[in-house]
Amino acid sequence: MKLIRTLMAAATALAVTAFVAPTFAADDPGPAAYAKALNGKRVMLVPLAMGFDLAQGWAHYLKKEVEGWGGTFETRDPNWVVDAGAQAITDAISSDTRPDVLIIHAPDLNSYSKLMKKAQAAGTYVILVDNPANFPADAFVGSDWDRLGQLEAEAAIKGCGPNSSKKIGLVQGDQANSSSLYQYAGIMKVLDKNPDFKVVAKPDSNWDATTSRNVTTTMLQQNPDICSIIDFWDGDATGASAAIRDAKLDGKVFLVTTGGGEKAADCDKLADGTYGAVVMTDLARQSGDMNAIIKFLLQSGQPAGTSHTYIYTLEKATTKADLKPDSCWDLKALQAEAAAK
Amino acid sequence: MNAIGRPSFRSLNQEGIVFAIAVALFAAAAIGLPGFLTADNIVAIVRSVSVLGILALGMAVVIIGRGIDLSAVAIMAMSVAWYLQLLNTGTPDGLAFAYVLVGVLAIGLLNGFLVAYADVPAIFVTLATGSFVFGYVRSQLITQDAVPVPQGHWVELLGGLRFLDIPVEVFVFAGLAFLFFLFLRYTKWGRYIYFAGDNPVAARNIGIPVRPMLVLRYVLSAFVALIAGLLTAASLHSINTRVVNSTLLYDIVLVAVIGGIGLSGGRGGVRNVLVGAALIGILLNAMTIIDIPLLYQNLIKAAILLGAIIVDGIINPRDEQTAQQGDI
Repeated sequence: MKLIRTLMAAATALAVTAFVAPTFAADDPGPAAYAKALNGKRVMLVPLAMGFDLAQGWAHYLKKEVEGWGGTFETRDPNWVVDAGAQAITDAISSDTRPDVLIIHAPDLNSYSKLMKKAQAAGTYVILVDNPANFPADAFVGSDWDRLGQLEAEAAIKGCGPNSSKKIGLVQGDQANSSSLYQYAGIMKVLDKNPDFKVVAKPDSNWDATTSRNVTTTMLQQNPDICSIIDFWDGDATGASAAIRDAKLDGKVFLVTTGGGEKAADCDKLADGTYGAVVMTDLARQSGDMNAIIKFLLQSGQPAGTSHTYIYTLEKATTKADLKPDSCWDLKALQAEAAAK
Repeated sequence: MNAIGRPSFRSLNQEGIVFAIAVALFAAAAIGLPGFLTADNIVAIVRSVSVLGILALGMAVVIIGRGIDLSAVAIMAMSVAWYLQLLNTGTPDGLAFAYVLVGVLAIGLLNGFLVAYADVPAIFVTLATGSFVFGYVRSQLITQDAVPVPQGHWVELLGGLRFLDIPVEVFVFAGLAFLFFLFLRYTKWGRYIYFAGDNPVAARNIGIPVRPMLVLRYVLSAFVALIAGLLTAASLHSINTRVVNSTLLYDIVLVAVIGGIGLSGGRGGVRNVLVGAALIGILLNAMTIIDIPLLYQNLIKAAILLGAIIVDGIINPRDEQTAQQGDI
């Protein structure tokens, strides 16, 4: 009996060793290749400014991920000045610590084209975020502004309803920024299909809330029966909403805008009825897309400037009715998280 | 020449020309644009230039004394942004407001001191302090471009204040314009500003306290900027510091200069600011009603400024005195 038991134990031990040994041998090559390609790589974000919700959100999610795989993450703050942004990019390209990936938030269609070409020539991958430009970047991550405009127009038509005046007012951004131009094109596409809806005025706010308020005041006085206004950015739509409030038309004019889905800027204002609908960018997912394409490019081995990918973020018009606790992200919470570290 | 500071009506001056253009524009818009000549729209016009006009009043006093304050917009936006940030992070209202008042006073004093006692040209001093105020507050004191007004705070309630359906900014603008008028016309220091602006050396020689008065003007301008900022935040329920990068500063100078306040100092008054603000208000409102794109609006605005400056150059040629002492 004892002998059999010993034999069985020996056999079991043998069997275990026989099964375990090959598992040790088959090491997953992934992590090593991943670390080799990514470790010590530099990623730089040059937004229009660091002082607004989108840029701060991107920076938060990118930093977490890049530092997670052992890279260096930096930002530059041009503070809405195009020249300062150009200077930041120029300095970055020519410095000893040239970034391996440059993420650029372009102010208009053309300003940075030459610089981005130079960056690619130096071996830096260029990713455009949010605003498209006339340049074949390695990747574009952001909104399809035409589609976004269509969603806004659909929300406005729905907000007006079939028995309304069917008059819509637009508060555009400017006539240079691609997000403004494409947004307008998208809105007009939907309105062309709904010919009974008319745009009665389309002033520019120049992205300034006071200007937005003044032009909206005039617009509402000229057309008191407007049923919906589309303001091209939540950064200045506070002006349009002030004008609606002042004209005592709260609840009568359905205000549609677009933004980065930040809680205080978008969800709180949907909840209190200031905005009727907001086409929100899912910022965490957009940042995730950027992170994925950064990791792909750095491992791909292909030279900068040879791939041209468009990764459009899924957009959705959110109204008070379909507001959920996770519809927005909270900048205050992210800042608190960063401060706690 | 009439008494100093009183525009002459015997010859056509810039104020007269601009006033005539404003009236002509108003008449044309009233006839041609439906909905222009309504009580609501007139109130909207005045309101749209109220904050601009208030800032221009402060600028006017500085310019009449032969100076310029390029830090006005930075002080306006950053002081209020800081105030709101303090409130949002739980600082008691009284204390927060005291901080901001002291800050605004300090910047006004610094501007005045550097111009009056260190003899640095006003244009450089205020350009630098403006950048400093923006940079310091933006990087050290606030976390975001846009700072919201806390819910239910008095600034928010101020924005909703109406008398006879007219927004509160209009009354503040009117009140300040009247106070500035009284100050410039009927107080000794107000009259001295014209003397100091017209000929600083002579003013000093006859015993006018030119330097302390200079400091006072920059302090005054800084406080006026704070009021303008509070009114902006009151209406929008937030303040966006991006306004510092906008053309607002040039619009303030435009209102003052287009109304006929000469950059060489010693000329003009509150009425010039009102005329300049009226022209800009009517122009912007009419262009918005016609739905002219912003690019063309800026072009038209710039063309009118250029025209006014050229006409001013022809009607009021530079005399020997200005040629010797130079502009600001």
